[in-house]
Amino acid sequence: MMKTKEIVKIMKLESLPKQIGKEVHVGGESIALFHLSNGDVRAIGSRCPHTNGPLAEGIVSGEFVFCPLQNWKVSLITGEVQKPDDGTVPTYETKIIDGYVYIAV
Amino acid sequence: MKRKLVMIGNGMAGVRSIEEILKRNREAFNITIVGDEPHPNYNRIMLSHVLQGKTGINEININGWKWYEDNNITLFTGEKVTEIVHEEKEIKTDLGRTISYDELIIATGSSAFILPVNGSQLEGVIGFRTVQDTEFMIETASRFKKAVVIGGGLLGLEAARGLMDRGMEVEVVHLMPSLMEQQLDAPAAKMLKKDLEAQGMKFLMEKQTTEIYGNERVEGIKFSDGTSVECDLVVMAVGIRPNIQLAKHAGLDVNRGIIVDDHMQTSIPSIYAVGECAEHNGITYGLVAPLYEQGTALAEYLTGAKTTGYQGSILSTQLKVAGCDLFSGGKIAEDDETDAIIVHDQFAGVYKKVLVANNKVVGVVLYGDASDGTRLFTMLKKETDISEFTSAAVLQKAGEDAVDEMIADMSADETVCGCNGVTKGTIVQAILEQDLKSFEEVKTCTKAGASCGKCRGVVEGILSHTLGDSFDPAAEKTGMCACTSLTRDEVVAEIKEKGLQSPKEVRNVLKFTNEEGCPACRPALNYYMRMVWPEEYEDDKASRFVNERMDGNIQNNGTFSVVPRMYGGTTTGDELIRLGEVANKYDVPLVKITGASRVGLYGVKKEDVPHVWEDLGMRSGYAYSKSLRNVKSCVGSRFCRFGTQDSLGLGIRLEKEIEMVDTPHKMKMGVSGCPRNCAEVLTKDFGVVCVENGYQLYFGGNGGTEVRECDSFITVKTEDEVIKIAKAYTQYYRETGIYNERTAPWVERIGAENIKLILSNENRNAELVERFNQAKNTYEEAWSSTLLNMKKKEMFEIVKI
Repeated sequence: MMKTKEIVKIMKLESLPKQIGKEVHVGGESIALFHLSNGDVRAIGSRCPHTNGPLAEGIVSGEFVFCPLQNWKVSLITGEVQKPDDGTVPTYETKIIDGYVYIAV
Repeated sequence: MKRKLVMIGNGMAGVRSIEEILKRNREAFNITIVGDEPHPNYNRIMLSHVLQGKTGINEININGWKWYEDNNITLFTGEKVTEIVHEEKEIKTDLGRTISYDELIIATGSSAFILPVNGSQLEGVIGFRTVQDTEFMIETASRFKKAVVIGGGLLGLEAARGLMDRGMEVEVVHLMPSLMEQQLDAPAAKMLKKDLEAQGMKFLMEKQTTEIYGNERVEGIKFSDGTSVECDLVVMAVGIRPNIQLAKHAGLDVNRGIIVDDHMQTSIPSIYAVGECAEHNGITYGLVAPLYEQGTALAEYLTGAKTTGYQGSILSTQLKVAGCDLFSGGKIAEDDETDAIIVHDQFAGVYKKVLVANNKVVGVVLYGDASDGTRLFTMLKKETDISEFTSAAVLQKAGEDAVDEMIADMSADETVCGCNGVTKGTIVQAILEQDLKSFEEVKTCTKAGASCGKCRGVVEGILSHTLGDSFDPAAEKTGMCACTSLTRDEVVAEIKEKGLQSPKEVRNVLKFTNEEGCPACRPALNYYMRMVWPEEYEDDKASRFVNERMDGNIQNNGTFSVVPRMYGGTTTGDELIRLGEVANKYDVPLVKITGASRVGLYGVKKEDVPHVWEDLGMRSGYAYSKSLRNVKSCVGSRFCRFGTQDSLGLGIRLEKEIEMVDTPHKMKMGVSGCPRNCAEVLTKDFGVVCVENGYQLYFGGNGGTEVRECDSFITVKTEDEVIKIAKAYTQYYRETGIYNERTAPWVERIGAENIKLILSNENRNAELVERFNQAKNTYEEAWSSTLLNMKKKEMFEIVKI
């Protein structure tokens, strides 16, 4: 089944600090938005598959975020939990248009 | 067409068999698993760690739901198989499902044996087998005081230790005169009992339980000698009973367990049994190593490999209880055919016994120092001829050659980490394929050594054997985190010498392997930078753990706590009214007096946090910070008839003078108004006891889970001197402490006498006070400064679309 995605305007890029996550709710979905140190913007589901920790509050290092509750390491690019733990969180495509961040949901 | 393989049971033994089958031939079977527990597969032997609070319940899963999905396994959980109809080659479940099979594996495990005495059905009487049992015990410990564990074997002692860790008083009832009599001989058992008694465990030896009494809930136990003991919880750890009803009903041959041959085949072809429900050569097993070996044998048979099959297992045991280092394997007692080599150093608390028959090791019992266990047990299993070893050499710590030889001799499918079922082969493969260099990396990649850690030596041996000379075990132990081999002191010295100005520069210049650092070094470097350059360095919020970034503790559901400052534990009527009003306005679910004598609001939603601060109009209590939390005090001479000095006034002053400044870990202080010591200051990071002629000072108390009593320092005459020494002490801790190290381990590491020497030296003392004051001037009260700063305030907002 094909699922059509909607591109949603979220916020100004300049108000998204680097390496500090931002919690965004789009149509009931909780998404964590990250501005990486290399300038990329990434969006993943904001709940850690382990104990539901809010990933938006985790420490960001390179392309990974560490869950603030039990330190699981999650890739901001693939959404995959890094070994030795297992699991994935959803990822969302992001775009920057005219200084605004958009997410495909 | 693929054959249909169905398995009853979703435990460790069964799933290990499936893993072994998939490893050999992924295409052979369509696999279906039916398990009656509601979870995916978890590591049952880690339940003791869960009970002891060392591991979370979610961390002991072996395979998550995704594993089943990825391997195309159909999994039914929470569903019970009620019948095997072998004539039709199908099984039926309690949900009315019928599943047909070509090959059927029974892996139904075992249940806790419940003593058939009156009262064993009362509420509060359980076995210790499952996640539910564990959760029940944790929950019971939070409401009740006294537990009795029946059974002084491995499981019973681990359960008892866990219940003690959960705050219960525990008595262990044992039928025999000596603990763990299956695994330990009398001298070792005696040492174990002594160590456990020192930890606070109580024992009722040689007691036979005759009745459990109580109305609805258990109230106590009676013994055959007429004595009895009261309790709120009874844990039965007297053995296990293989689950064989299903097999028996289906007409399979059973004895104590389901009878299987060397290929794990039962009396009916196409039906197999593995794990604790199976009986091989008259033996049923209840430990992890045999079930892994059985799984391999079954997988080989089902995938058509020619093998000799399962030949039985020789068992070894380690106890997962801190402070009791024991290993036991093979025979434990001498007889006519065996001789024993025994070393018993009662002074050092070390006991080693090796049993030898026909020049081969046939049994090992080690207590107090079990580091030789794996090596001796490997010799036992390999039936190594020891005629070349002198007996003394057998007992000496393994030389490098001996370890290397032992590791070289280990076969690939031999289990190295029993907790997580990791074999030597898996470790070697991971080292080679993923270019691993250190124990930490192997642990991260394979989970070997990630639980009790007792296999660390062997894992390092495998690293060394696999990598040759390029492995340096010393290198990995000293670094402040996985990103660098430099120690904390070396890093701080480099920051000062090279004048490094930012964490990024530190990582670059000092060649950290991860250029953006990790959750261990990021907050640490941020702390060290600000400590070294208090005026120049700007705090990096992105390197702060969420608690400090958001100025509130994150709770387990993602909400935060708000704990305002109440200097010296004081508040006013107006403040209390405001706290109540704010709690109601924001639907705060819990208002509690905190451990540090303040009022805390718990469960505040993230987006409400700044509004709560604003409405309260109070200062932050820094209840989330690595800095001074509070100064506990009694009312002292202001109201107390025994108070010798104004302990309350001094407590408030101390709190105001020291607050807000970052320290390596949290700090708590206390001031008592008289030697009755109501503020309990001898377990604080810094304590003051007021006496008629001055103030007695103490430091380095408590500081975490290891209780430590303060070191007594000096008595001074004035409040000003107290403040001065408190500042110098805090600053010295700031400058020499490892980030995340509380004062108690810091004092142990630096030495109390050294600290006293520094603080008593007037010049050094004055310099420290000056540097402390300089740092203090750079700190602003957290909540009000956040409210004034739009950017900081925005961190709490959730964008909603």
